[in-house]
This record gives sequence, structure tokens and C-alpha cells, in this order.
Amino acid sequence: MSETIAKTKAQSLLDWIDERFPLTSGWKAHLSEYYAPKNFNFWYFFGSLALLVLVVQIITGIFLVMHFKPDASLNASGIPVAFASVEYIMRDVPWGWLIRYMHSTGASAFFIVVYMHMFRGMLYGSYRKPRELIWIFGMMIFLCLMAEAFFGYLLPWGQMSYWGAQVIVNLFSAIPFVGPDLSLWLRGDYVVGDATLNRFFAFHVIAVPLVLVGLVVAHIIALHEVGSNNPDGIEIKKKKGPDGIPLDGIPFHPYYSVKDIVGVVVFLIVFSIIIFFAPEAGGYFIEANNFFPADPLQTPPHIAPVWYFTPFYSILRAVTYPLFGVDAKFWGVVAMGASAIIFVFLPWLDRSPVKSIRYRGPLYKGFLAAFLVSFFILGYLGVLPPTPDRTLVSQICALVYFAFFLLMPIYSSIDKCKPEPDRVTCK
Amino acid sequence: MSCDEKVDCGRRRLLLATATLGGVAGVATAVPFVASMLPSERAKAAGAPVEADFSKLLPGQMMAVEWRGKPVWIINRTPEMLASLKKTDAKVSDPDSLKLMQPEYCRNETRSIKPEILVAVGICTHLGCSPTEKFKTGAESGIDPDWAGGFLCPCHGSTFDLAGRVYKGKPAPDNLEIPPHMYLGDAKILIGEDKKGA
Repeated sequence: MSETIAKTKAQSLLDWIDERFPLTSGWKAHLSEYYAPKNFNFWYFFGSLALLVLVVQIITGIFLVMHFKPDASLNASGIPVAFASVEYIMRDVPWGWLIRYMHSTGASAFFIVVYMHMFRGMLYGSYRKPRELIWIFGMMIFLCLMAEAFFGYLLPWGQMSYWGAQVIVNLFSAIPFVGPDLSLWLRGDYVVGDATLNRFFAFHVIAVPLVLVGLVVAHIIALHEVGSNNPDGIEIKKKKGPDGIPLDGIPFHPYYSVKDIVGVVVFLIVFSIIIFFAPEAGGYFIEANNFFPADPLQTPPHIAPVWYFTPFYSILRAVTYPLFGVDAKFWGVVAMGASAIIFVFLPWLDRSPVKSIRYRGPLYKGFLAAFLVSFFILGYLGVLPPTPDRTLVSQICALVYFAFFLLMPIYSSIDKCKPEPDRVTCK
Repeated sequence: MSCDEKVDCGRRRLLLATATLGGVAGVATAVPFVASMLPSERAKAAGAPVEADFSKLLPGQMMAVEWRGKPVWIINRTPEMLASLKKTDAKVSDPDSLKLMQPEYCRNETRSIKPEILVAVGICTHLGCSPTEKFKTGAESGIDPDWAGGFLCPCHGSTFDLAGRVYKGKPAPDNLEIPPHMYLGDAKILIGEDKKGA
């Protein structure tokens, strides 16, 4: 008796809300009646994991800002205030070390998850029509993420922070005519200094996160408009039951919300192991040189970006020839920018009749494998100091990297594909 | 713009004019925000010249002083080091210092006022790292068996000789910058100013 009264009370509250806000209809459209293909595999964990890491970064970031000071001036002991405030978080703030390591490990985790998520899109042709905008929003998220990571890396004001920012800001000075003034404007001073630290802080905690969250919303809205792709690369909306629901679709909630919880648990186990036992990941997540305060007079003997930038950084270093009377420096910057942006054009470079790797021919598989290998080699070379041999290898890998994209209209259209199935398959 | 009967052309023109002016005002509002990111007056004023005393610098040694936030090197070159500049002439991309990377009075074979004392901004002209001294010659340097001594940028591998001239085929486009400087005494210089007769 009392139960039914409680139910009606809850129901009437829900009705009250629904008349004023699309709560039930939104829940249905995006969760309980959003039909996703039933054949999602391992690769489909990484979208929800990326969202999880974004939340981790925002929450840990808020608590770090409570103690961090973006100030390059020297304190009474001659240590830059920003550097000292990070050490203060690590040593004196209760649980500060945990929050800081969650944030710094979260940055690397973000890139691991996003790289897997992007590779999933390449494996199954998720960027193809009608999902071009999802892909473009996703690529904008990736570029924002790179900016966010770069701005954030300056904040601890260590040696690697300082010289990394010096190099990247100077990249802009390679642009003919406006370059030097542009990099001066970005730095706000003639060298990387307090002005630079303060504005990077503003970008890192306000500007880029706002854009990032907006793009994530756009990415998901676009996805829910057209529906998810799947490992077979066929459209489930083409085969609908009499109720108008795709025959191969299952409601996202509870089926995939429960599946994703498994992914979240496994991810959190790995994430925790890294945070508690190897938060610096042997110098790959936090580089050893960043435990020295920034010194404008002395570049460390070996500087390299954090691992997630190294493939692009290797491409920058691989360009050593001037072209059309413009310095090699400029073309290196152009090549590096192009290597990150070229993904945007995949929907139009790919002319294959099928979407998924399962039905593609040997040409595409070969090019994708070569691309993947060169991506890893470039990433590995990017953490090492340059030598003539390594430069040659990175030049070859850079060529393979670009060939994968630029030759795609040719090899994807002449490739021998297998026929796609009518309905999704569960392997 | 075409006007059909259903459109009140007067109002449409007013709308367009208002929107245009509003857009101009919006863009104009961006100016102070963009300009606020330029170097402040305080940053512009902070470029005062600095004095450096190198009386304790032995031949073959170098020291660094900070000027405008950048390292400025003072290198006391030995006769052998100066002789190496003849050997590197053919290997560097701008042997005669034709590009304006130095004041006129340092546009010579040693890129310096006194032949043995090199004063140079220790910032690589590629992307702004500070190169490392590699004064050991030959294979011992770990660079190449013919290495004549000089500097190696740790970031992207650009190499410079002992006059700060960049080697050919390296990412750095220009020689190291020689700052304006003048002697205040035998072993004392002022970096950042070069008024004659001081």
C-alpha cells in the first residue's frame, strides 16, 4: 500500500520534471533506447574510458589548482615558486602526492586510451560516411588534448617543462614573415618566463578544458544522431524489425553500460598499479629532468618531449632539407603539423567499397601495418638523441607515414575486398 | 540583395547595417584582449645591459652570463681553437657571416672584437635550446672523427664551430647570434650596448 503511494509520488516528481526538462526522453534517446550494434568487441571500451579519464583529469585538476602557484619568481631559497608549489603538493599537502600522480599519470593514460580509440576507428572504418563529423570532432578533441598536455607540462616549471615550451613556442617563429612576432606574442616576453607560465596556466585550466568538453558533447551528439559503427563496418539501421528497432541493435543501457563497467574496472586496476608503483613510468610519464627547477641558462644534455608527442616530434626532426628557398626549420614544422592534422581527411582519402578491416584486401592491411610500425619507430626514435643513422630511419618512417594517407585513394580503390555480410557477425 | 514583396526592404537594410556595425564592434573588442598578450611595459624595460668580468677565464674555458633571460657565452679561445676555424670554413653554411647575426664590428674571421674572446648568445637558432660545449676534438668528442671542436645542440643535433658558425645540413638555419657588446677594460665587457668611446 505505502509502496504504491511512494511510487506515485516519485512518478509525479518525474512528471513534474519532464514537463520542464527532457529528462526521461533524454535518458531514452541516449541510453535506454539508444540502439548500438550487438557485436562490439574489445576495441569499443576506449570511448567510455576516454570519458572516464577526462572526468579524472578535471576533478584532480580542480584540487591541484587549490595548491599550485603559477609564479616563476624565485622564493627565499632561490627555487621558482611554481616548482616549489608542486613539491609542496607532493610532500606537505595531505594526499597531494596521490592527486598529483593521478593527474600526471592520467595525462599519459588519456593518450593511450585516445590512440586506441582512434586506431579502432581506422580498423573498422568508423570515419566513413555518414560519420565524417564524428571523426572531425574527434580529431579536434585530439588536437585540443595535445594543446592541453603541452600547456600543462610547463606548469611544474622543471627543466623539461621550460625547454620543451621554449622549443614548441619557437616552432611558430619558423613561419615566414609573421613567425617571430607570433612567438613573441605567445610567450608574452622575449624568453619563456613568468608571463608565459601564467598564460599557459589560464589556457590549461580554463580555455582548453571548456573547448574540450564542448567538443566531447558535439562528438557524442553526432554519434547518437547517426548511430555507432561496428567491427563489421555495416549499417545496422538497414535491417530493422517491425518495431523500427535495428535487428542487430541492443539498448546501450543496460547492455553496454554494464559491459563498459568491466572495462572501467580493468582500466582502474592498471591505472592504480601505475600510480602506486611506477608513477613516473621509468621517466616516460614524468621525465627525470623535470625534477630540476627550470634554468634558462642551461639546456639539459638530452631533451625529448613526453612519449605521446614523440612520433610527431621525430617527423619534425626528420626534415633537414631547405625547400623553395625556405629553411628546413619551417618545413619541419609544416610536416609535423601535417602529420597530426592529416587524419582529418581520412573520410575522403579512403575509397574502399568496404569499411572494416575484416573485409579489406591485402593492400590496405599492408599499408596499415606499415603505418603502425613506422608510428612506433618514430615514437621510439623521438625519445632518443638524434644521430645521422637515426635521422635517416626517421626520414624513411616519415615517408611511410605520409604514404599511408596520400596513396590511400589509389590503393584503397584497387584493393581486392571480400564481400560484406548482410548482418553483423559475432566472433 | 534581392527584395521580394514579402520583405520589408527598409527593415532588412537596417538589420544588415546594424549587424555589420555590431560585427565591427565585436572584432574591435578583440583588439585589447589580443594586445594584452604582448610583452608588457615591464618586460620591455627589463632588457638592461649587463657587465661581465672574465679575468679568471683561462684559455680553452668558457663562462655564461644572463642577459635578457638568455645565456651569453664568453669563450677564451686557444691558438689551436682559432686555427680550427680555417678547417671548418668549408663545412659551415655561412663562413663569411653574411647574414646579419652579428654587429658589423664582429663580421670577421673569428666573429669577435678580440680574436681569442668570443661573445655569443648561447641559444640555438633552430628552436632556442642552449647548445652544449664539445671542445674535445676528433673521435673522442663522440660526434665525428673529424670534429674540430665546437657546440652541439642537444635538441635537434645542430652543430656549431668555435666561432658559433652553423654546420651545413643541420636544422639550425643561422650562425649563433653575437650580441652588441663593448670592452670596459682588458677583461671586462658590457653586453647589450656598444657605444663608441666608452
